[in-house]
Amino acid sequence: MSDRQSYITIENLSFYRGERAVFKDLSVSFPRGKVTAIVGPSGTGKTTLLKLIGGQLTPESGTIIVDGNDLQQLSRTAMLELRRESMGMLFQSGALFTDLNVFENVAFPVRTHTDLPESLIRHLVLMKLEAVGLRGTRDLMPAELSGGMARRIALARSIVMDPDLVMYDEPFTGLDPVSLGMIVKLIKSLNEALGLTSLLVTHDIEESCSIADYLCVLSGGKVLAFGEPQELLNSENAEVRQFLRGEPDGPMPFHYPAADYRQDLLQGVD
Amino acid sequence: MLTQLQVLGQKGVRIIESIGRATVLLLNSILWGGPGSAGFKDLVKQIYSVGVQSLVIIIVAGFFVGMVLGLQGYSILVDFGSETALGIMVSLTLLRELGPVVTALLFAGRAGSSLTAEIGLMKATEQLAAMEMMGVDPLKRVITPRLWAGIISMPILAILFSLVGIWGGAFVAIDLVGIDEGAYWGNMQGAVEFYNDVVKGIIKSIVFGVVVTWIAVYQGYSAIPTSEGIGKATTQTVVISSLAVLGLDFVLTAMMLGGL
Repeated sequence: MSDRQSYITIENLSFYRGERAVFKDLSVSFPRGKVTAIVGPSGTGKTTLLKLIGGQLTPESGTIIVDGNDLQQLSRTAMLELRRESMGMLFQSGALFTDLNVFENVAFPVRTHTDLPESLIRHLVLMKLEAVGLRGTRDLMPAELSGGMARRIALARSIVMDPDLVMYDEPFTGLDPVSLGMIVKLIKSLNEALGLTSLLVTHDIEESCSIADYLCVLSGGKVLAFGEPQELLNSENAEVRQFLRGEPDGPMPFHYPAADYRQDLLQGVD
Repeated sequence: MLTQLQVLGQKGVRIIESIGRATVLLLNSILWGGPGSAGFKDLVKQIYSVGVQSLVIIIVAGFFVGMVLGLQGYSILVDFGSETALGIMVSLTLLRELGPVVTALLFAGRAGSSLTAEIGLMKATEQLAAMEMMGVDPLKRVITPRLWAGIISMPILAILFSLVGIWGGAFVAIDLVGIDEGAYWGNMQGAVEFYNDVVKGIIKSIVFGVVVTWIAVYQGYSAIPTSEGIGKATTQTVVISSLAVLGLDFVLTAMMLGGL
């Protein structure tokens, strides 16, 4: 994939948590203007990958290039600048500021980075809140929201500055079916209308297949497969097929690495 | 033996490492400005939460400490027939020592611990990470106003503590044990020097303000983002800053009295 087509290029990335290698020589690139869903078993480093792309974690080796910027070469200020201009991220927990109400939470990036008049800020915020269906909650505090609602507010906040890249960490968890349908539609329409590059970390294969242009299957710190959803669903690779279809039997490991089960039981108490 | 040495060395390295980190944090957050920096409004909000909300504990404690000083001082001085010097004793003790020190200890428990817990929880709930992802430097946005609020509030609180303490002493001296009002205030006025007693006490409390708030924000910012980690960081804020205040008090006193 050439640089013009790919928004993010990762080469030979290695990242360790203590002694354990989360990624070893990972190379992958994510195309510009498309929705790419990153799927894979729990604990395989999907969220870590988003944090590496956002520059919140520093890899041991390898390069991460976001929109032509090599993250390792950027100063702290330049990194903040890049995030401000082109990145938005939806955190798993929502990460709303607990001392601000819903309206102020969504308005926070706009107020901080621009000198727009109050009337315009109000319009912007209300438009984003309307898009996630929560305009009526503008005066509530984050503690008064349910988990799913907090995440929708956080989604509104992450897109309020119209970034080029939005990273969604588990956007579908804890949503009721109607909200789920709306958020799926919203992510897709944002992508189409504004030409955003979207990265979606999710466990929801069915939903992600419906909106993602590409699927990236991560497992064991490697990219197991990268391609269009339909293509991967019919993949030759048994592990990929097993994961995407959610079959209990197959080569994909279910257990976290451990000593032999029988021996472990027979060994008794240390 | 070797492993014990290793453990000792490791601990030493860790302490030096955290002093280094804390210094970097201080240098990066002491100045205003930068992307998404906090404004004057944030400073006022923080002064309210660390300073104004500490007023009750400072005033009540100051009054009682002053009353106790009055009683104890009277019982000592009366034996020498110099109970009219009670005003001098109460005021000098408070202005030079107890005002800055007790205020700093109370401040560490009341405001320092809450700063640590607040920042630690912001970290645990990914609010600081979210800020970073919006291109806002959490050091400038969250740490700077809190740091300055502590530095500004501490000397004011210490002055109030001494003031209320002197009143407490006067209440005991004049109303309870019956020392002449003119003697209490007059002797005090004659003995207290503005630079040597008042200003030096204020300098102490400014130093304590920097140290206690610095320890509190550093502990919060570097806390392990779990409930256990935040609990531990909060305790450490109180323990480390109390010890630092007492240790620094000796050094500052020695320097100011010219003993070192």
